[in-house]
Amino acid sequence: MKTRAMFWSIRRELWETRSIAIAPVAVAAVVVFGFLVSTFAGSHAAQTTEMSRPYDFASILLMGVMFLVSIFYCLDALNGERRDRSILFWKSLPVSDLTTVLSKLAIPMVVLPVVSWVATVATQFIMLVMRGSGAPWGEVAGSWPMILYHLLTVHSLYYAPIFAWLLLVSAWARRMPFLWAFLPIAAVAIVERIAFRSSYFAHMLGARISGDMEMKGAPMLGYFMPLDFFLKPGLWIGFAIAAVFIAIAVRLRRLHGPI
Amino acid sequence: MACIEARGLRKTFGSTVALDGVDLRVEEGRILGLIGPNGAGKTTALNAILGLIPYDGELRVLGRDPWTAREQLMCDVAFIADVAVLPRWIRVTQALDYVAGVHPRFDRAKAEGFLAKTDIRPASKVRELSKGMVTQLHLALVMAIDAKLLILDEPTLGLDILYRKQFYDSLLNDYFDRSRTILVTTHQVDEIQDVLTDFAFLKRGRIVFESSMEQFESRYLELMVNQDRADAARALGPIHERQLFGRSVLLFDGADRQQLAPLGDVRTPSIADLFVAVVGGASK
Repeated sequence: MKTRAMFWSIRRELWETRSIAIAPVAVAAVVVFGFLVSTFAGSHAAQTTEMSRPYDFASILLMGVMFLVSIFYCLDALNGERRDRSILFWKSLPVSDLTTVLSKLAIPMVVLPVVSWVATVATQFIMLVMRGSGAPWGEVAGSWPMILYHLLTVHSLYYAPIFAWLLLVSAWARRMPFLWAFLPIAAVAIVERIAFRSSYFAHMLGARISGDMEMKGAPMLGYFMPLDFFLKPGLWIGFAIAAVFIAIAVRLRRLHGPI
Repeated sequence: MACIEARGLRKTFGSTVALDGVDLRVEEGRILGLIGPNGAGKTTALNAILGLIPYDGELRVLGRDPWTAREQLMCDVAFIADVAVLPRWIRVTQALDYVAGVHPRFDRAKAEGFLAKTDIRPASKVRELSKGMVTQLHLALVMAIDAKLLILDEPTLGLDILYRKQFYDSLLNDYFDRSRTILVTTHQVDEIQDVLTDFAFLKRGRIVFESSMEQFESRYLELMVNQDRADAARALGPIHERQLFGRSVLLFDGADRQQLAPLGDVRTPSIADLFVAVVGGASK
C-alpha cells in the first residue's frame, strides 16, 4: 500500500513538473544545434587535441541545468500546493505527509539524476553519430558509467541536505521561498566573514556542491573511489542534517493549510 | 458507534476562539447540515474532523483520532473542501489514475460512469473546465469512493442554480444510502432543507441549536397574521417575529396548530426562518 502511494505520488510530480522532461530536451537541442553549426564551420580541426571537449561540455551543461531544475522544483514542491489550495485535495486522500514529502525528495535525488544521465548519453550519442568517421566513440562512451556514478553519488546522495533544506523552506515560507532559501545562507556567510574574518561556512558550501572532491586534485568525472566516498564523514553528516530538515518539512506540511 | 463524536472541541488561533467547546454527535446514516454565519467556525470544525488541524478537547471520527490518524481515516472519509481545490494542471484521466492508484476504495468504472453523463472530456485539464464542471468532476471522484463519511464544505459555492440542484440530486440518488453519513456546510440553507435529516446552528464557535428534521417539523409553526390580530397571536408566546407585506410573521415553538389556525395562515417554517430567529435574534 505504501509503495503504491509512493509510486503514484511520484507520477503526479512528473505530470505537474513538465520541466523535468522539457529542460534536458531543450539543452540537448541547443548543444546538438551548436555542434551541427560547428561541423559546417569546420571548427572541429581546432579541437583535435582535445577531441572529447564538446562532449564533456554537453554533460556538464546538462548537469548544471538539471541542478537548477532541482532547486526550482524543491522550492515550489511544498509551496505551490498551498498557494493553489490543491493541498486540500491531496490531503483528502489516504496518503501520509511523510510519503508525500519523500516522493518530492525522490524527484531531485532519483528521477533527475537518471533523467540527466539518459539525456547526456542520448546527446553524446547523437553528437558522435553526427561527427561521422573518426568520432571518439571509445573515449566518450567509456565515460558513461562514470557519469552515472557521479550523478548518483555527488548529485544525489551528497546533495541530500541541499534538497532537504530547499524542501523545508518550501514548506515553511508563505511567499518568496527563493529568498528565504538563500538569504539566511548569505547572512551566515557574511556574519562569519565580518565577525571572525573567516569563511569556513562558504567553503563548506562550496565543498558540498563540488562533492568535496576538488581538494584531492582529481578531475571530477575521473574520480571513482566508492569506498572513499561512502566513508566520508561529510556524506553521513549530510544525511543526518537532511533527515532533520525532512522531519521538520513533514511536520510543517501536516500543520499548514492553504496560504 | 457514532460516526462523529465531539466533546468540548476547542480551537483557538492566537487570541481568536474559533471553536468554543463544541459538542456534536452524528450517527451513521444521517445527513447533517452545519449552518452558521461567516466566521462561526464551520470550516474550523470540519478541518478538525478531517485531521487537518490539531485541536483541544475530545474528538472521534469513525472511532479514530483524526489528527493522529489522518491517513487511515481518509480511506473511509471523502471530502470536498470547496470548488477550487482540484489542481489546475491535472487532466481528468490523470485525476482518475491518481485516485485509483492511491485509494483502495475507489471504483474507477463508477467515476467514469458519472463523468459520461456530463460534458467533461477525459483529455481536458482542470484549468480548461468551467467552475461547474470542476465541481462535477470532483463529485464524480468522491462519489466513486466507497466512503463511510462524506464531508462537504460549501460544495456549491459560486455555482449557478442548475449545477447546484444537480449536485444535490446526484448526491441523493446515486450516492447516499443508509450506511453512509454526510456532513455538509452551506449558506444556501433553503436548497438543502429537503436533503437533510438533521441540522445544527453554529454561532461564534458554539452549537446553539440542533434538531432532527422530523423533530423540527413537528415542533415549529409559523403564523402569518394581519395587524389587527397580531396582539392576540403575540399573547401565545412566539419566539420570533418579523414583518412581511404589512403582516406579522410569528414563529412558535411547540404551539398547538388548532389554536393558531383561527388567527391567520399557519405553515411549517423553513430552516432559514428558524436560523434567523435563533442565530440572528439572539445577537441583539
